[in-house]
Amino acid sequence: MELATWTYEGPPHVGAMRIVTAMRDTHMVLHAPQGDTYADLLFTMIERRDRRPPVTYTTFRAADLGSDTADLLKTSAREAGERFAPQVLLVAASCTAELLQDDPGGLARSLGLGVPVVPLDLPAYQKKEDWGAAETFYRLVRGLHRPVPAEQRQRASCNILGPCALGFRHRDDIAEVRALLGAMGIAINVVAPDDASPADLTRLGEAGFNVVLYPEIAGTAADWLARTHRQPRTHGVPIGVGATRDFIREVADLAGVDPAPAMALERRDCRLPWYSRSVDSTYLTGKRVFVFGDATHAIAAARVGTEEFGFELAGLGTYSRTFARDVRKAADGYGLEALISDDHLEVEAAIAAACPELVLGTQMERHIAKRLGIGCAVISAPAHVQDYPARRAPQMGFEGANVLWDSWVHPLVMGLEEHLLAMFRGDAEFHDEAGASHLGVHATIPVAANEDASSTGGPVWDFQAEAELKKIPFFVRGKARRNTEAFAAERGSATITLDTLYEAKAHYGR
Amino acid sequence: MTAPSPVIRDPGQRAVFCGLTGIVWLHRKIEDAFFLVVGSRTCAHLIQSAAGVMIFAEPRFATAILEERDLAGMADAQEEIDRVVARLIERRPDIRLLFLVGSCPSEVIKLDLAKAAERLSRAHAGRTRVLSWSGSGIETTFTQGEDACLASLVPELPAPLAGASPDLLVVGALADVVEDQFARLFDQLGIPARFLPSRRAALETPVGANTRVLLAQPFLSDTLTALERRGARHIPAPFPLGAEGTTAWIRAAARAFGIASEVVDGAIELPRARAHKALARQRTRIGGQRVAFFPDSQLEPSLARFLKEELNAQIVEIGTPYCDRRILGPELQRLDGLPIHEGNDVNRQLDRVRAARPDLTVCGLGLANPLEAEGLSTKWAIELVFSPIQGFEQAGDLAELFARPLARRDRLAV
Repeated sequence: MELATWTYEGPPHVGAMRIVTAMRDTHMVLHAPQGDTYADLLFTMIERRDRRPPVTYTTFRAADLGSDTADLLKTSAREAGERFAPQVLLVAASCTAELLQDDPGGLARSLGLGVPVVPLDLPAYQKKEDWGAAETFYRLVRGLHRPVPAEQRQRASCNILGPCALGFRHRDDIAEVRALLGAMGIAINVVAPDDASPADLTRLGEAGFNVVLYPEIAGTAADWLARTHRQPRTHGVPIGVGATRDFIREVADLAGVDPAPAMALERRDCRLPWYSRSVDSTYLTGKRVFVFGDATHAIAAARVGTEEFGFELAGLGTYSRTFARDVRKAADGYGLEALISDDHLEVEAAIAAACPELVLGTQMERHIAKRLGIGCAVISAPAHVQDYPARRAPQMGFEGANVLWDSWVHPLVMGLEEHLLAMFRGDAEFHDEAGASHLGVHATIPVAANEDASSTGGPVWDFQAEAELKKIPFFVRGKARRNTEAFAAERGSATITLDTLYEAKAHYGR
Repeated sequence: MTAPSPVIRDPGQRAVFCGLTGIVWLHRKIEDAFFLVVGSRTCAHLIQSAAGVMIFAEPRFATAILEERDLAGMADAQEEIDRVVARLIERRPDIRLLFLVGSCPSEVIKLDLAKAAERLSRAHAGRTRVLSWSGSGIETTFTQGEDACLASLVPELPAPLAGASPDLLVVGALADVVEDQFARLFDQLGIPARFLPSRRAALETPVGANTRVLLAQPFLSDTLTALERRGARHIPAPFPLGAEGTTAWIRAAARAFGIASEVVDGAIELPRARAHKALARQRTRIGGQRVAFFPDSQLEPSLARFLKEELNAQIVEIGTPYCDRRILGPELQRLDGLPIHEGNDVNRQLDRVRAARPDLTVCGLGLANPLEAEGLSTKWAIELVFSPIQGFEQAGDLAELFARPLARRDRLAV
């Protein structure tokens, strides 16, 4: 048993729902008790979808367990087939139904519904949401695929794979990536699963290659297409300016086209490079940032943060064990040890210990940061309804880089304000409990949380040193306290005096 | 008065929360309690999603997620529970009352949580009391979780002192502000009243043969049975929704305690007049509007009665997950024979609602946006459970909850 207050990922059948809900003319029968229908509201409320997910739940009850839950499944599958007339019917079990061992796929196939049935095996006690999405997409692609000989494929054409329901800004990313590909004259054969029908999936083989936007969702299917049908796939994800340039080159190579027209879009559309070089951004230099999210967004944020914002990476991690190796490798490059954990409490402890000035994370890290009094921007699912904005807010491409600039800088205390905060500690507006002024008077900071990050049982602060420490702005005080304590401990000092504080400052340089 | 409403059953697919959802409000109501669900990742995901996705930074609930090794028997589930609870109590030493909450998977694998609770109560004696109940979706819907939780408390409550005089137990979680208003009213009437669950020390409320039970929520069948088993007696009444509902509810309690009706009249005169005044304002907006209910909270018959009787709305259909006549009898008497649909098949009800096109549809969160997109105004059922709606002072607020979607539709020009 694993103790969890919050979970980063839902169960695998929710992943399956993210695929079918994104698609057209597809329906899923889910063998599940009535409570599992809560999953509908993830889509209708958090993502504000205007239709119910195409899922029929068998909603068995305790009384059915004694009689025949298998019959219930057959009735549900038959009714769903008649009512919704899908091109494909997926059949799966949620965690409780898995224990009943009714073989939903086999039962549905035996009904002769006149539509292809794709059974899904989603082990709810081993796997999680992203795996469920990847597996479902792979089963659909594999089940519906019609091979096309490599020589009959148009080289300068591709499929865009990965965007799905409840994805972090997937809708807006598609538009950016379409524009990049369009500039190079690369035709888009199929986008899937988003807005694709099963009939569209049968045509995947016609494209020259696959653009994999979200490896967590489309990696399994794309790898199968590459391995079995020699249809190459991209590996780079265009989040940030540098990664977008790399992506353009990778795609141009695969398609055999000139990358220049897409590269030229940077000059026209992308403000991040200049904004980052403009002098007002100097204060961003070396800001300590903690990054946590799905692997794709976390690795991308680490690169963008360090190379394009001038941040210092204080931590990097993911909740996705499937992609742990990639994140470990990336963290290694920054001289860090990756945090691979889906235990929200462990992530909280790691953030508190790292004393960052900014957290880039998920909705969970937003809570953690709030409690610790640190600014936070959301970069990855799981996300809240407010992370599905009305305006276009892509993460990918050149406009995506602009969006990253705006959304990551916003939660920080701004440059000149930072100076004033340091100079006038007792000011009525700039005191400890006041947050960044541009976030309004309600953005109060629970200072104690950051203070708590200090170790106990080490050297003791004398009165003067303690008072001086309080003059350091809250957003760097935790770090100053820890540095000073470490410095004193190293030198065997039992007491921290004013001199220790300033010697430590000179030693660490900040 | 016409015959009471008949109950029509339409078994099929349901779209209702399971009882675990009750934890979302119970963990705020009972301040020294913690709720540990023993279930799957789905259960953990459900609670955080039902809570509007993680609105509390430090909730007083968590899930012990069953894993492959628990199911394969590689790990002794009872030992695992002990380990998880020990870790939890170490992290949250403030927990006085811990509920082990059963789920669909824990029910199907027949995990004995009652046994675990007994053992853990002994192990943590003097510090944390451990009880168990089931919020599983194969046995409970939505508000029935509160019923199961309160029913688990009842056998633990102390007996009254010998010869204790009759007192009133108001049962069902109420918003603090509502509880305080009712406490003042009963005090004015000279009725000694206690509330279950109380905000703190939920286990210190005495119950026995001198206890008269007034339900504040209609979904408490098992709790009522458990209280009756302790000798308590039920006071049947409509529910305190709206001016008339609240009046009838208070009068029923007063009658049981032999309070003269003039005394009641005097005590409720002012608040009742205020409620009527507040309702009059909303009646112009809601009067004549056609309202349909999907099954969600078991509050549906009472809400329909309120809308019909006090706001002149027309009721198109009343769906409810479960209708306990013993508890809802007084409401059913006032519904002019309107049928109650128990446990509706969601697709067939959607067909009916699309055909009837009511002015307002009360439904769950999964259905609301899709129906809005089809041009139907909706009211989230869950908001009616999460808002202070009972009592005289809230009658206007309750009407306003129904009026708001209609007013919004009038207001918007996009």
